[in-house]
Amino acid sequence: MGDFNQPESKEDFLNNFQEVKPLMNSTEALYESARCLFCYDAPCITACPTEIDIPLFIRQINTNNITGASNTIYRSNWLGNICGQVCPTEVLCEGACVYNHQNVKPIEIGRLQSYATAQAIKSGQKLKKDAKKLNQSVAVVGAGPAGLSAACELSNIGYDVTILEARSMPSGLALHGVAPYKITNEQVLAEVEYLKQQFGFTIEYNHPIANSRDMAYLDDQFQAIFLGIGLGATRSLKLPGENLHGNWGAVEFIETLKISQHQLKVPQRVVVLGGGNTAMDAASECARMGAKQVILAYRKGLDQMGAYRFEYEMAKNAGVQSLWFVNPLEILGSERVEAVKFKKTRLENDKLAILDEEYTVPCDMVIRATGQSKQVNVFSLVEGIQYESDGGMSQGKLPFQTTNPKYFVAGDAFNGGLEVVNAVAEAKKAAVSIHQYLQDL
Amino acid sequence: MSNLKINFAGIKSPNPFWLASAPPTNSGYQVMKAFDMGWGGAVWKTMGVPVVNVSSRYGAIDYRDSRMVGFNNIELITDRPLKDNLKEIEAVKRRFPDNPIIGSLMVESREEWHQIVRDVENAGVDGLELNFGCPHGMCERGMGSAVGQEPKLLELITSWVKEVARTPVIVKLTPNITDITDAARAANQGGADAISLINTIQSLMGVDIDRMVPYPVVDGKSTNGGYCGPAIKPIALNMVRNCAQLGAEKLPISGIGGIENWRDAVEYLLLGAETVQVCTAVMHYGFGIIRELLSGLDDYLKNKNIHDVSEIVGKAVANTTTWENLNLNYQVVAAIDNSKCIQCQLCYTACEDGAHQAIGLTENNRIPYIIEENCVGCNLCAIVCPVEDCISMVRKDQGQTPETWKDRLSAGNVPTSFNDPLAGGLGHHIPDPEDGIKKN
Repeated sequence: MGDFNQPESKEDFLNNFQEVKPLMNSTEALYESARCLFCYDAPCITACPTEIDIPLFIRQINTNNITGASNTIYRSNWLGNICGQVCPTEVLCEGACVYNHQNVKPIEIGRLQSYATAQAIKSGQKLKKDAKKLNQSVAVVGAGPAGLSAACELSNIGYDVTILEARSMPSGLALHGVAPYKITNEQVLAEVEYLKQQFGFTIEYNHPIANSRDMAYLDDQFQAIFLGIGLGATRSLKLPGENLHGNWGAVEFIETLKISQHQLKVPQRVVVLGGGNTAMDAASECARMGAKQVILAYRKGLDQMGAYRFEYEMAKNAGVQSLWFVNPLEILGSERVEAVKFKKTRLENDKLAILDEEYTVPCDMVIRATGQSKQVNVFSLVEGIQYESDGGMSQGKLPFQTTNPKYFVAGDAFNGGLEVVNAVAEAKKAAVSIHQYLQDL
Repeated sequence: MSNLKINFAGIKSPNPFWLASAPPTNSGYQVMKAFDMGWGGAVWKTMGVPVVNVSSRYGAIDYRDSRMVGFNNIELITDRPLKDNLKEIEAVKRRFPDNPIIGSLMVESREEWHQIVRDVENAGVDGLELNFGCPHGMCERGMGSAVGQEPKLLELITSWVKEVARTPVIVKLTPNITDITDAARAANQGGADAISLINTIQSLMGVDIDRMVPYPVVDGKSTNGGYCGPAIKPIALNMVRNCAQLGAEKLPISGIGGIENWRDAVEYLLLGAETVQVCTAVMHYGFGIIRELLSGLDDYLKNKNIHDVSEIVGKAVANTTTWENLNLNYQVVAAIDNSKCIQCQLCYTACEDGAHQAIGLTENNRIPYIIEENCVGCNLCAIVCPVEDCISMVRKDQGQTPETWKDRLSAGNVPTSFNDPLAGGLGHHIPDPEDGIKKN
């Protein structure tokens, strides 16, 4: 691995980004499902933020009751197919599989989940329960994982749901932010389309909530509003030279890559700043786009990195090199990025000490994977939303309710940026709170 | 190499592995190929009255990802002309004079039996096997298991055969009978030299739940067939040992039923079989499994320092007794090796829901513990545990003098009512029924 050529066509692109968890065929699903022990009080369920009854759906697959299996999955997680592919299963369900204690390969739960749900999507299996229609409307802001999960749950209860999406396509980070070797755009869009068909909610694209007039419209038209607005742009590091050509925020880079695919040209030498999972993705993606030298530069060491180890290994296998204990000082260049200047660092009693020694890495592109900013602008448009002293949002009476009782929030906008599955889990609970709020009105 | 040669009721075989009378012995081509690969003997596919076979003949049950743990067929005896079979038997015997061929036979009248016995013996068979076991199709015509289920008839036909037979006569028994030893005794009475068992068990293999018809389906209909394969081994083993415990009336036994590997074969030999016959495993994997059977048996004997395979025959028979002879003072309890436990809690839920509520859980620790005072030593937890040697059954009694039910009965030391202190269930821990309801 680690020797990718610059993709010239869609086919090249897909070749360079081959799926890590490809769809199982029925034989593989039979063999894999047969291995499940059907543990009592199974640790995989506890490890899943959406608490899917995993042993049950695996047994249903094994008895060729795929309808039942996908129902079991969707009942707990409305983005069952997407999550099966993009979840860090290695640290969630599969990481909790008891086979790990025996040094036996854990059950490939994620792939089994995608296997079952892919068939539901393909066949258009009925998902929505026959609920009485409630004559109340809920607005969901953002068609990302949180928004979609909330929309499904609310529609399932009987509400009339409208999603307002700023972009021209649904799925938020699931589409724009997840590495292509985890899931293809087509797969993401297929599940969203399926859910839309099943639950009948509407998505209004290119409909950002940008000003108080937009917000007043929501407040006027809907009985409750769910804010699944995620996070904002990549934070600036306020380094000299951040405005030079060739500077990217990681989230913006990944989004462009997902949409432009082979049309995006990544230069020969890339430096990625950061040590989180987004940094790993961005670095791995640059390598797969044919960059000849991708250097992951992190302020601390391997053991301090926030990224999951398997994500780091995947980047390493794609040819990414690492530079530990360096703190970026300045991005050098006249018009375009030419190099990054670092200062060496070291840990002194677990505290980061920045040393005097400087270090310069020549490069053509710098990607900052150093976190996203909060969507403060949108929240500031809502009257009465209060914050705690630590910057976190104050909770109303109900889980995921803001201090303006009509407004609810979940997902990255609430938790500061976690996995897709966390957003799905939170939003489902938020929808239950919305229901309770509207029932009590 | 250990000595694997066997003399079975006068039939000499280079090893105890024979092919059972079935599709794998349908032709000289197949038997020649099998002998070439190392099979000891072959019981030729049953020859007899003319038959017609249906298309769609086999059904199987799979268990999870395992194919064909059980198998059944509705095929009849050979539908090839007798003269072709005889010609091919001669050809195989010329090429493999040391490998016994047994002619399996099934006809109706005394004259027919006499004629076919002479025909196959003239072709050079080393023995005869009387098919009194086929439980489908042929029995509807008064043959096969219809004979095997009537000890008197079985005895009579055996005696007809013995009137003319010059080679040893093996009677193949059907398991579709209340007590197989009745049939084994009748074979002995009729003059048989040996018995083979079991033939297939009458069965319906399962139902196609969409078409609502059992398998195998013949143009929308099905019929009962003969069940065989790994799943039937326990039934066959019990019948083999029953026949091995017939004392003076015991005949040499050829064991049949679910034999797929050397372990299965050793088990049959230990319970009294002198040869074993294999069919389903060959239908699944081909004749090549003989490599594993031979090397496994040889390794087993070598590891046990046994030079001759005949030495192990029947070695487990004396250890197989009736329930009343089991030691009631023997006591084992389960013990979990915490270092091996993978925390699946299958033992917990099995004991909790399926046994005696003798396994407990602690908060914040997924490793279950044994509640020794509740444990009756049933083995269930050790059986369901997916980890080898994680749960063991540890002897807890003080090695008191063994006392059996039979002993207690003769000493007048048995409970007379459920409230009798001698009754078994008294003092066992039983939770309150209401505690079975899930509390939130």
